[in-house]
Amino acid sequence: MTRLSADTTFTPPEFIRNFCIIAHIDHGKSTLADRMLQLTGVVEERAMRAQYLDRMDIERERGITIKAQNVRLPWRLGEQDHVLHLIDTPGHVDFTYEVSRALAACEGAILLVDAAQGIEAQTLANLYLALDKDLHVIPVLNKIDLPAAEPDKYAAELAHIIGCEPTDVLRVSAKTGEGVRELLDEVVRQVPPPVGEADAPARAMIFDSVYDTYRGVVTYIRVVDGKITPREKIRMMSTGATHELLEVGIISPEPKPTRGLGVGEVGYLITGVKDVRQSKVGDTVTSERKGADEPLPGYREPQPMVFSGLYPVDGSDYPVLRDALEKLQLNDAALTFEPETSVALGFGFRCGFLGLLHLEITRARLEREFDLDLISTAPNVVYEVYLEDGTEHIVTNPSDWPTGGKIAEVHEPVSKVTVIAPSEFIGAIMELCQGKRGQLLGMDYLSEERVELRYRLPLAEIIFDFFDALKSRTRGYASLDYEEAGQQTADLVKVDILLQGEPVDAFSAIVHKDAAYSYGNRMATKLRELIPRQQFEVPIQAAVGSRIIARETIRAIRKDVLAKCYGGDISRKRKLLEKQKEGKKRMKTVGRVEVPQEAFVAALSTESGTDKGDKGGKGKK
Amino acid sequence: MTIAVPPDQFALPESALRGLGTRPFGVYVHVPFCATRCGYCDFNTYTAGELGSGASPGSWLEGLRRELALAAEALGTPPAADTVFVGGGTPSLLGAEGLAAVLGAVRDAFGLAPGAEVTTESNPESTAPEFFAGIRAAGYTRVSLGMQSAAPHVLRVLDRVHTPGRPVRAAREARAAGFEHVNLDLIYGTPGERTEDLEASLAAVLDAGVDHVSAYALIVEEGTALARRVRRGELPAPDDDALAASYELVDRRLNEAGLRWYEVSNWASGPAARCRHNLGYWQGGDWWGAGPGAHGHVGGVRWWNVKHPARYAARLADGGLPVAGHEVLTEADRHLERVLLELRLAEGLPLGVLHDDGRRAAAEAAADGLLDPAARAAGRAVLTDRGRLLADAVVRRLAP
Repeated sequence: MTRLSADTTFTPPEFIRNFCIIAHIDHGKSTLADRMLQLTGVVEERAMRAQYLDRMDIERERGITIKAQNVRLPWRLGEQDHVLHLIDTPGHVDFTYEVSRALAACEGAILLVDAAQGIEAQTLANLYLALDKDLHVIPVLNKIDLPAAEPDKYAAELAHIIGCEPTDVLRVSAKTGEGVRELLDEVVRQVPPPVGEADAPARAMIFDSVYDTYRGVVTYIRVVDGKITPREKIRMMSTGATHELLEVGIISPEPKPTRGLGVGEVGYLITGVKDVRQSKVGDTVTSERKGADEPLPGYREPQPMVFSGLYPVDGSDYPVLRDALEKLQLNDAALTFEPETSVALGFGFRCGFLGLLHLEITRARLEREFDLDLISTAPNVVYEVYLEDGTEHIVTNPSDWPTGGKIAEVHEPVSKVTVIAPSEFIGAIMELCQGKRGQLLGMDYLSEERVELRYRLPLAEIIFDFFDALKSRTRGYASLDYEEAGQQTADLVKVDILLQGEPVDAFSAIVHKDAAYSYGNRMATKLRELIPRQQFEVPIQAAVGSRIIARETIRAIRKDVLAKCYGGDISRKRKLLEKQKEGKKRMKTVGRVEVPQEAFVAALSTESGTDKGDKGGKGKK
Repeated sequence: MTIAVPPDQFALPESALRGLGTRPFGVYVHVPFCATRCGYCDFNTYTAGELGSGASPGSWLEGLRRELALAAEALGTPPAADTVFVGGGTPSLLGAEGLAAVLGAVRDAFGLAPGAEVTTESNPESTAPEFFAGIRAAGYTRVSLGMQSAAPHVLRVLDRVHTPGRPVRAAREARAAGFEHVNLDLIYGTPGERTEDLEASLAAVLDAGVDHVSAYALIVEEGTALARRVRRGELPAPDDDALAASYELVDRRLNEAGLRWYEVSNWASGPAARCRHNLGYWQGGDWWGAGPGAHGHVGGVRWWNVKHPARYAARLADGGLPVAGHEVLTEADRHLERVLLELRLAEGLPLGVLHDDGRRAAAEAAADGLLDPAARAAGRAVLTDRGRLLADAVVRRLAP
């Protein structure tokens, strides 16, 4: 029997258990984590703050975890003390890579499923990721205290998916605490201890890094081999950059400096760097002297998948937006941005995101934390365009679409999409996916009433309005996950929208040839309704190259004169004209056409929607 | 700059009084009484039921006399009135004697310049040959009759009560009583008005043989019964394109009959038939506006009286001018006003008045067919037929 203190590191690996919780966004992961903190005594009852691990307001509000936290918990089974590392995983589809790194830091995973709802698509996807990494999976049904809970039914479903017995599925209520002690015991019993070479050169994997205003970047690591001790120099193996190690510590649940971290242990590093880009998720940390030669497998550079222009509605906010993006980038290695100018929207930034949710979270944070009013252009994926002259063009913005040479081939990113829904919606989902150029890969019944559909779909189709369409066609019951699945060639064209012959950049879009007419027609119709009539007729055209595919006309205004203007009307009339002149100053001019900014904003916002983030999660209540 | 005026503190600055008398000087008298309230009207007028105690035509006339006397004082050496315009409301409700008393009050305060134009508005329903004879004898030279439309269903939507054919007969009676200058007011674009209704109204106007016509597109004013009906969907809102077509029809028919536009909404048979009083508004003239809610202007200062007849009477009983507020126009205000007012006139605006960017805009507006190229070559900004319908847009371009 070994007595251990949770605050003392260099714990023998055999007494360490590293695990995470895989769960859908509202299935109770944070509540379970809170309960564990409480039961293990690291957080006192009265200091307990609901959902301790979720720190950012937006996360709390939307009920999702964006940045993972991790915590060291003491747990005694029988007479033996153990150290548990609970590694929290980001809970969203756009952060699959981060999830995969968090999983790689664990030997086991709790598969937590709402006993009233069953498994959801994202959970299933993360479960496959975990199984793929040979993690030991402990299936758990949560919320058994709910009247609507059907634990037997969903235990059977989980057993079917994992290939275990329904009796192996644990039942807990994170809310009441029922079954949580037993679950912690099972973690110790079932999750294998970490294995590593204590005497080998140090190798630790970064599974998260967070910017802290006071301390700079805090890097979360899991030591695989050797040890990490303070006051030594470390090297990031992807870049070769070396850093002074200012502090090594553990979280329990507040940060505590320690003498170092040994094999299998989880903690944090502080090096004084100010930018998370210098401390990349998935990278391997080693000692500068006598460091390892081979990095741990699985590192990947963050790769923006979706691009969109972000513009301040009030042009004078441009510097505020720039500063805000710079600040967010300190904590978000995947966010990219560069200045962009638009005829319609003025000065803004072309931003790259991991996915649509990443975009929307970023936008929400910019609006909330920096008090900005923003408009975003339709999201764009990354296309590779090959011309017949052999040149290749990477297109992340419709304005980059090559216009000179003849296009030989266009490659677009595709995704593997998993949808889980009640089986009554199969027809509706298939119809939707087929309309989005989807290709059915397979279909499985998880139970009699629930089905999993797998599709191959162009990423561009998913980021357009797929979530909303799926939600509305399944009355919110479908859950969705998608992951990159390479590229395919596609017959794509760029549709331009012209006002009086002048292209309006913000409305250009890259769409499939078959969708060009409907896009052009829709935008032309919408703009005809939104743009006020001018003193001359204004044609609105949609064009593919020089070919006009749709046309609408804003008829010239015929009357703009006040009928009566006598002695008592003059002051009022003058003030009205002054107001109209002020309004005119805020107009954007395309050619000679004066367009209120609001018209552009309205045309764009109805296009992209605003709330695809919750995807049937907490918003569904 | 707008300033609310405490009682007894309104005084015209010396700068405004400079040049008084070298510009045309008019007197406007507001009669705030109507027999009934029309659904489209947002003027400052009251029915007997709405007036309440503390105000009556009698107390109004008394107040008017006081105001005009105070006005003459405020102006220092008041010029004789070149024009007088009694509007409302329904001035004809005062009867010929009442109107004679009003004109008498103006004469007492200012005197009338030789050849002065003296107009009163009248509701055809409250006129008769004796009425016209009476006011002619009292010194009125011009009558403006509210006809609005010849179509009974249009008049019903407007809440106008007319005996069919009465406005035309009234116009003839006025002419028979010796009035050389008679105006008929038309409103077009009332919900439910068809082209043939407007044609019929125009035919009636021309049949009456008047020398002046004012024709206004219906404005649905906030706070009126008509606005409420439109908002509730009981009546369709007037459509600008249809209003433009109606305007063009009005202009065409009046032109065919020899009546030419001289202001966007006013047509006359010749220069002598134009309303000199209204031209004063558009050409930067001075006038005293007397009566509840009336606006006045002298030398770049605009002011307006308290609106309710009871307050009006009370303020005058206290011995002060019943002014509710005033504004001293800045150079920029005066420039914008000059452009917006003079551009409404057939004579147009001298291009020299415009700033550089305004003159450039005038060239563009001419190219767009909104300003007459020949007039522009002669140094004036004059609206084309199409330009008249877009006058406000042209003003925004010329005075950017």
